[in-house]
Amino acid sequence: MAFPHRPDAPELPDFSMLKRLARDQLIYLLEQLPGKKDLFIEADLMSPLDRIANVSILKQHEVDKLYKVENKPALSSNEQLCFLVRPRIKNMRYIASLVNADKLAGRTRKYKVIFSPQKFYACEMVLEEEGIYGDVSCDEWAFSLLPLDVDLLSMELPEFFRDYFLEGDQRWINTVAQALHLLSTLYGPFPNCYGIGRCAKMAYELWRNLEEEEDGETKGRRPEIGHIFLLDRGISVSDVDFVTALCSQVVYEGLVDDTFRIKCGSVDFGPEVTSSDKSLKVLLNAEDKVFNEIRNEHFSNVFGFLSQKARNLQAQYDRRRGMDIKQMKNFVSQELKGLKQEHRLLSLHIGACESIMKKKTKQDFQELIKTEHALLEGFNIRESTSYIEEHIDRQVSPIESLRLMCLLSITENGLIPKDYRSLKTQYLQSYGPEHLLTFSNLRRAGLLTEQAPGDTLTAVESKVSKLVTDKAAGKITDAFSSLAKRSNFRAISKKLNLIPRVDGEYDLKVPRDMAYVFGGAYVPLSCRIIEQVLERRSWQGLDEVVRLLNCSDFAFTDMTKEDKASSESLRLILVVFLGGCTFSEISALRFLGREKGYRFIFLTTAVTNSARLMEAMSEVKA
Amino acid sequence: MTTGLILFFQSGRPLGAGVRLGLGLRMNRTKGDEEEYWNSSKFKAFTFDDEDDELSQLKESKRAVNSLRDFVDDDDDDDLERVSWSGEPVGSISWSIRETAGNSGSTHEGREQLKSRNSFSSYAQLPKPTSTYSLSSFFRGRTRPGSFQSLSDALSDTPAKSYAPELGRPKGEYRDYSNDWSPSDTVRRLRKGKVCSLERFRSLQDKLQLLEEAVSMHDGNVITAVLIFLKRTLSKEILFRELEVRQVALRHLIHFLKEIGDQKLLLDLFRFLDRTEELALSHYREHLNIQDPDKRKEFLKTCVGLPFSAEDSAHIQDHYTLLERQIIIEANDRHLESAGQTEIFRKHPRKASILNMPLVTTLFYSCFYHYTEAEGTFSSPVNLKKTFKIPDKQYVLTALAARAKLRAWNDVDALFTTKNWLGYTKKRAPIGFHRVVEILHKNNAPVQILQEYVNLVEDVDTKLNLATKFKCHDVVIDTYRDLKDRQQLLAYRSKVDKGSAEEEKIDALLSSSQIRWKN
Repeated sequence: MAFPHRPDAPELPDFSMLKRLARDQLIYLLEQLPGKKDLFIEADLMSPLDRIANVSILKQHEVDKLYKVENKPALSSNEQLCFLVRPRIKNMRYIASLVNADKLAGRTRKYKVIFSPQKFYACEMVLEEEGIYGDVSCDEWAFSLLPLDVDLLSMELPEFFRDYFLEGDQRWINTVAQALHLLSTLYGPFPNCYGIGRCAKMAYELWRNLEEEEDGETKGRRPEIGHIFLLDRGISVSDVDFVTALCSQVVYEGLVDDTFRIKCGSVDFGPEVTSSDKSLKVLLNAEDKVFNEIRNEHFSNVFGFLSQKARNLQAQYDRRRGMDIKQMKNFVSQELKGLKQEHRLLSLHIGACESIMKKKTKQDFQELIKTEHALLEGFNIRESTSYIEEHIDRQVSPIESLRLMCLLSITENGLIPKDYRSLKTQYLQSYGPEHLLTFSNLRRAGLLTEQAPGDTLTAVESKVSKLVTDKAAGKITDAFSSLAKRSNFRAISKKLNLIPRVDGEYDLKVPRDMAYVFGGAYVPLSCRIIEQVLERRSWQGLDEVVRLLNCSDFAFTDMTKEDKASSESLRLILVVFLGGCTFSEISALRFLGREKGYRFIFLTTAVTNSARLMEAMSEVKA
Repeated sequence: MTTGLILFFQSGRPLGAGVRLGLGLRMNRTKGDEEEYWNSSKFKAFTFDDEDDELSQLKESKRAVNSLRDFVDDDDDDDLERVSWSGEPVGSISWSIRETAGNSGSTHEGREQLKSRNSFSSYAQLPKPTSTYSLSSFFRGRTRPGSFQSLSDALSDTPAKSYAPELGRPKGEYRDYSNDWSPSDTVRRLRKGKVCSLERFRSLQDKLQLLEEAVSMHDGNVITAVLIFLKRTLSKEILFRELEVRQVALRHLIHFLKEIGDQKLLLDLFRFLDRTEELALSHYREHLNIQDPDKRKEFLKTCVGLPFSAEDSAHIQDHYTLLERQIIIEANDRHLESAGQTEIFRKHPRKASILNMPLVTTLFYSCFYHYTEAEGTFSSPVNLKKTFKIPDKQYVLTALAARAKLRAWNDVDALFTTKNWLGYTKKRAPIGFHRVVEILHKNNAPVQILQEYVNLVEDVDTKLNLATKFKCHDVVIDTYRDLKDRQQLLAYRSKVDKGSAEEEKIDALLSSSQIRWKN
């Protein structure tokens, strides 16, 4: 139960410094607007801000009142207004409407916009167009790395996924490069770099540029973290690794995320979990001793653990019977507090488990998992298709139906046209015709496609190629090769043995490989690749895999001499997920770490899961 | 007590079928039942497969934990951070914002209130060092002014001081109007967020070189900055022509135009690129911003002729027709409802308007309120079925759900009854009777009704499963009798209530000499 780390496992660097850094920078920025001011905060920034500061800190720096940025006129009577926002067009329009209303009323105030993590030129353009450029001062708060846990850093940028993987907008790549630069300034240098994916390669190059421009800072220092691994959520243009993110999660932390949505490292447990009339916001991280022991476990092991824990607790409380006064005094002063803490955590997680069980029973989770596994292995495709169809007909959750269709599409390399049409029609009838736009998005992102006869494609390709200059031709051909992908998932899955052959039962209590995070059915592709590359310390021998991933141009390694790196640091690995990673992947790599004596540190643009991916692609916001 | 399903987490793959995670779940009790369950032990004997039942472990744990509650609950709060009604820790930023919003009407009072709630004295006692709930253990002991660890303190033991000076100069303050920067220098300066004039790039060649530099640097923000400049200084024909062969830049322009809402230029661009489908979709997307149903309908009408794929054209046409119908139905039903003369609307007042609902929801609505209407009316289910070519399966599923919700069991019965040419009636279900049973159960159908349909399930195992799950005792008993399975019947005896008619029935069967048991 709750495997301990190997005794030789390296210590993790202390990332709390990142919080201090972000807080101090914010304070500095607030002081740039001396005197009393009201602060308008974008909703998406509230939780991250809560993790590094609190109201009293803001008050100390003369923040008077706090408002949420929303489309309502501001009631603030303060002479100075400060806006803390993500660089989004709609925020600029909101600010412009406030400032212009003031102007009309003949009122003068001071305005300051703090963009986090950086400002975009498009935002400045809007300020200029709205005639308020110069009336507001702009600053950047480079708060792009939030330590959510001892081994997890999040950029809290869920929009990275849609912006890059759907729209092809590269605006967050520089933000990633800056974050990597900061990490290497504080914890670097990183002697071994690996990466795969188009976005990973761009981020890497931009980061290297930054390092060259400001070189000398990390030279001559001993590396703390031996390896850094960058990879795209959809690793290749063929996006086969979306499979991992599309599967139902069955390790505890992932299941809690799928069921209750972990937001910025904390979760709202409703009355059904707390067995009281109030909801409770709970931080989920290594500090929660009960959670820490079950977070990476397959859900089926969690019950046993919790009941063992409950029995132990009972026994400890029972000890107080028959104590004399002195012993009782000791017990109360020394142990009671800890026991009560444990008691509280235990009842919370038991409540969460019950609630998960209830919900999963209702949605017939077993059938669902069965279908997912059939899709992964590629058998009973017809049965799975009609399962999905029925899901749609019965108006079961639109997100769930969409997820299953995508899983079918990626594993089968597109739906056969007849199925595509009929599923799409039924989907539109069940969930609304405007989802036509969602289907168009999914097709563009390569998540849900229709199998096309190869020759039509070649014809279009040659027609377009004639139009383009030599320089651009290569890029266009890339784009086409992504459309022309063949059934890559099966080939890759076979090549990397992602679906382990099992004789008899897969023992989830004593997992033998990373597949346990999906009940023994599937090893996450991202994690398998990391495992393979770390073993080889390069991409050597993985040519076929890289080719199948359409990533021949986007797999790279960069090694420097390792003489300065301690053997301990060489077992610390920073994995950077561009476009998000799931708790299942984190659990799988933690498992690999325990097996091999590594420790992994995760940096992700955001923690994601299947529902978030589908919502990002959905045109109709729920 | 209600049902108890079998819980098992089987970890093996049965028969190589690839199902490695079997997650059969235990049905849960209603809340009241549950309380009773946890607080007493008299139901203990009732769980029938205790040994493999992992949830019973969980329940045991909960019972253990709950029994401790009285002992520990008295002053539990000192362990917890104080949490407001909404669950936000008091003093957290999210909490405070909600407070402001709630108080913003009476500013002065609100401020006072806020002040007192967040005053240092009341705040200081909140986070306790041992609480894992505290906003951030990081700030422990540092909530008083002046006690922050400064940045230089924080960094003094690391070799990273060089980062700190960057804090001192916000990037906005960089200004440099030098005109001598090369395209690549310019792009690099843009990436650093420095203000940098692009006006000197006047020849097309210079502009394009600037763009290529931006693209090769990979920073999307800079690519967009250059595109904003190009959009302003080039005619759209030239801009479009050059972007057509620069896909990365083109994607950035398209995204930029979407974001700032320059729909006109976006459509021009798609037209130029001959991307007719994107053009049509982009136009269609606009309907989402139109709230007024009649205006939305008129707008959708303009979408009908657009160059969608053949398949999508049909969807768009359907969307238009659907909204048109909904507007008629809505007007009519609102009138009926307010007149108060129609029984169905009096008994079951509408919860929401039918406007902009999906087709299946509309069908459900029409099966609920207009089931018996003749095909000629727009609101009749049959009319909807014909107009939108709704497949039989979908129709039956929806009608079943609607009629079951109204507990109109005769309608349910009629839905599955067919007559053959000899006049015999027969029950048929295009969706399979096991589904019918589940839907009926969801709508709290009485056991007699459920039983009738469980009996129609052909597969014996499925039938037994459903009958057990939904406590259709007669079906279970009869099936075991027909299977001549004495052992199972015996086992089932322990699951029915003592002294019940079912128990008697089982006893009668077990002692019957007519049956030749197989075991």
